[in-house]
Amino acid sequence: MDMTVSILLTIATAATPLLIAAIGELVVERSGVLNLGVEGMMVMGAVAGFGAGFLTGSPWIGLVAAIVVGALFSLLFAVMTLSLATNQVATGLSLTLLGLGLSGMMGTGFVGLPGERLPNLYIPVLTDLPVVGKLLFGQDPIFYISIALVFGVSWFLFKTRTGLTLRSIGDSHTSAHALGIQVIKYRYLAVMFGGACAGLAGGHLSLVYTPQWVENMTAGRGWIALALVVFSSWRPLRVLAGAYIFGAVWIGQLHAQAFGIPVPSQFLSSLPYLATIVVLVIISRNKRLTMMNTPASLGQAFVPDR
Amino acid sequence: MGGTVSAQEAAASLLEVRGLTKVFGTLTACDHIDLTIEKGEIHALLGENGAGKSTLVKMLFGSLEPHSGEIRWDGQPVRMTSPSVAKKLGIGMVFQHFSLFEALTAAENIALSLDDGAPIGSIAAKARALSYSYGLPLDPDSLVGDLSVGERQRIEIIRCLLQAPQLIILDEPTSVLTPQEADKLFETLERLRAEGKSILYISHRLEEVKRLCDRATVLRHGKVVGHCNPREETAASLARMMVGNEVKSAERTPITLDGAQELLSVCGLSRKPAGPFSMPLKNIWLSVKAGEILGIAGVAGNGQGELFEALSGEVQQTSADAVRIRGKDAGKLDITGRRLLGAAFVPEERLGHGAAPRMKLSENLLLSRYATDGKAFVGSGGMVKSGAVYEAAQRIVRIMDVRKSAPDPEAAALSGGNLQKFIVGRELDRQPTVMIVNQPTWGVDAGASAHIRQALIELARGGSAVLVISQDLDELFEISDAIAVMHNGELSKPIPIAEATFERIGLLMGGAAPGHVYQKLETA
Repeated sequence: MDMTVSILLTIATAATPLLIAAIGELVVERSGVLNLGVEGMMVMGAVAGFGAGFLTGSPWIGLVAAIVVGALFSLLFAVMTLSLATNQVATGLSLTLLGLGLSGMMGTGFVGLPGERLPNLYIPVLTDLPVVGKLLFGQDPIFYISIALVFGVSWFLFKTRTGLTLRSIGDSHTSAHALGIQVIKYRYLAVMFGGACAGLAGGHLSLVYTPQWVENMTAGRGWIALALVVFSSWRPLRVLAGAYIFGAVWIGQLHAQAFGIPVPSQFLSSLPYLATIVVLVIISRNKRLTMMNTPASLGQAFVPDR
Repeated sequence: MGGTVSAQEAAASLLEVRGLTKVFGTLTACDHIDLTIEKGEIHALLGENGAGKSTLVKMLFGSLEPHSGEIRWDGQPVRMTSPSVAKKLGIGMVFQHFSLFEALTAAENIALSLDDGAPIGSIAAKARALSYSYGLPLDPDSLVGDLSVGERQRIEIIRCLLQAPQLIILDEPTSVLTPQEADKLFETLERLRAEGKSILYISHRLEEVKRLCDRATVLRHGKVVGHCNPREETAASLARMMVGNEVKSAERTPITLDGAQELLSVCGLSRKPAGPFSMPLKNIWLSVKAGEILGIAGVAGNGQGELFEALSGEVQQTSADAVRIRGKDAGKLDITGRRLLGAAFVPEERLGHGAAPRMKLSENLLLSRYATDGKAFVGSGGMVKSGAVYEAAQRIVRIMDVRKSAPDPEAAALSGGNLQKFIVGRELDRQPTVMIVNQPTWGVDAGASAHIRQALIELARGGSAVLVISQDLDELFEISDAIAVMHNGELSKPIPIAEATFERIGLLMGGAAPGHVYQKLETA
């Protein structure tokens, strides 16, 4: 029983950073902007979170620093692609390269140092309940933020007027502009929200997952988050499902490798990717629904004529 | 505004424009435009394409900023810095190129242009009520991507009316409507005028303007060339004001097709819908003989685009004999294969389909003709004879009177109408045996349209088969020997031009004869 609970907890910890980064990118892409810099923003969040936590001794300050740095770093992308209308793909890729390099440089002094870890939630009685106590009331604070984000973003996109406006910009920025919607302003805010989420996801890695700083510690999670957004056809609840399937299969294959199952380890390591893609492709096989949810102006630069 | 309303202001015109000027690079799109719109009038804005009409109304709606000039609203000077400013003043706009979002419902589309933050449900109810009261029924919960162009037009109009505007700007509203739908729209506009609203009406269709409008302002090359009362003018005199000289309509010499060779035939062509928003083709039969022009009418989005793709070979058929060109099976040939049989194609979309936007005109010429005119344009070892290609491009430019800013500019640098002239000219230059054209004069001004139409007639009379798909009924009546109508992916039996009337074609366009129209007409 304890074994099951601890496996479930590790799955949640593995899925949380993917989920947060993907939800942020989902909002960005719904506004019609493709930011391939998730990996770079995440790793900047990770180094900022660790550094601020280590220097101040407070992981909470680290958490705030991760979010702020992620958002500021994405601002660079926003200025380039939205105000200067550069190519979004190229700019996003350079943002990732810049983030990986810059974080490595900033973090040289932090390598090998013990970091601060965000404490897990503890509510007397509730957390002490068998099985569900630990799972529901004993996790790290970012886990709860991630779940709140999924439902918050889902409500925002599909139930509010501002969400409708954001989706309309993603569908056709020229139409939105013709109606007098401030396309660029909305996109700035969306990109910065995505940056803040990516930063928070990075902070989760260096403040909860493994409270230390290692260069390139995001290890490709930003790219997985990006893929999750597309395979979930830009639907928040599917991102939730995708992130947890990935987390579950990943943890599962680690255990399988530890048990020494006679299957090549390379195959096991590829399983999480394969399983996530298969499941998400199956749930999004409704072509019509996919068309309706795909932001039609994704990745196109917008220059309003005046 | 508001505050002290003096007697003088009460008598002021609703909208007054003085010396409005807009410059794009070296082109002065609008040059000191003066325009006044009174309360309760329908005012026509006339002009050829490129005369500056769209630029002018975009400035009035705040989408474009004027370089100089003044706009007065109810006697007060105003600055239209954005569409939301215009909307607050009480200006509503129905766009020529729809500003709708395909992935959203009609109600959501309407909600986006209202600033009051009311819940979608109540907006849907209001839209439904208003749409029925004006006789433009609308289902607010339907997805825009599933709607016909006419229905989309209704959403635009209802969306505009819900803002309760004092001035409504309509930019070519009838180009996508059947004659019957257009009549419905005119009733609505007359009712709005009776309610004291003003309307600025842009249209190419002079008969409509004569019927509907109280006053007209005519633009030519960005300047106002005259004001008139359209009811006192004839369509020909209005056209003369727009173009600056006499416009000749194309002349179609009668022809007997008995015994003429069948050059293009389509036998039982069907096609599944390519995507959730596209139309299937259902069992289409047609045949065009040497010397004949067959026109295909229909409201946009009823399968004409899909038919063109199937005919041009952009999409190939499952059976080789579904499309036959000069008696040879062409159903499984690609575009080049069909061109080699003697066919030529002019697609509807110029940039991206008809021409590669960032390539020069001469390169665009080579792209469509390297296979059919290989000897002329490609030398030994596959080297391009750029001199010969350049010469040919210049020849087409001369014959079609393409106006351009550089000797061999990029396709995207030409205005839509001029690029269309080049693309049509490029295909005509080959003297094709079978010519298939989708929207030959869409967005082309009156003079050039007449030129293109005459060229198509001459091509046919010289012994080629010409198929013209168009939404412009006037055009089809001018050039076709017979007209067939597409509705909902089905094609009617061709009606010889002598028996065709606007009403009969219009009814078919609206789907008044549902089911397989071909058989229905045969028994009638």
